[in-house]
Amino acid sequence: MFPADLPLRYQFLLRTYRWRRAEAVPAARLTRPVAEARVALVTSAGFVAPGDAPFDLELKGGDASFRTIAGDTALDALTMHHKSDAYDPAPIAADHNVAFPLERLRALADAGAIGEVAPRHLSFMGSITRPERLIEEFAPAAATLLEGDGVDIALLVPV
Amino acid sequence: MCHQTVSLVQTELERRGIVTVSLTVMPDVTRKLAPPRALSVPAPLGAPMGPPHDAAAHEAVLRRMLALATRTDVPLLA
Repeated sequence: MFPADLPLRYQFLLRTYRWRRAEAVPAARLTRPVAEARVALVTSAGFVAPGDAPFDLELKGGDASFRTIAGDTALDALTMHHKSDAYDPAPIAADHNVAFPLERLRALADAGAIGEVAPRHLSFMGSITRPERLIEEFAPAAATLLEGDGVDIALLVPV
Repeated sequence: MCHQTVSLVQTELERRGIVTVSLTVMPDVTRKLAPPRALSVPAPLGAPMGPPHDAAAHEAVLRRMLALATRTDVPLLA
């Protein structure tokens, strides 16, 4: 079932929308243990670091671009640009870790549960109804970026 | 929509050899999207990691996601 707090019009949209099923790809395999892995976060909360351009919330079909967020960024400094009104924004506003758990990932690195926090993390604006540019342009660019940073594991949080 | 956005990015990362695990608060939608690895949590849309300032809860979710990273029986929804 869909979350009970979801407005009715969204419940209808979610039932009738033609979802883009992910292309079946073979499983990637870790080349080192999780405790030694470099881990990056990917959020769709629309966070933007200070000085970076905000997402274009007027763009029809949704702004499919992404922003990078340095691993040592102060979470409180991020601003949020999200088109959707399908959820209560208060929890994320109170604690950005709710949608982009960078401080929690740092704690796991300190505890030895992962090898290290990746140098860069990715932020998308999740409300994209026409994902063509995401598929053709921005998702491949995101993969190239994380690949270049030697990322072993990406953890993705939808908002 | 956010789950579709994440699933499409996730698939591209996995294709390039990066091990990916996503979170979902809408498992019915995620079942249709079929990303490589997804962990279902009973959370509202606006707070996928758990309540604000609950560091222990957030870290527990991350640890559960990391525990799926070694799985190769994809697509999987746990």
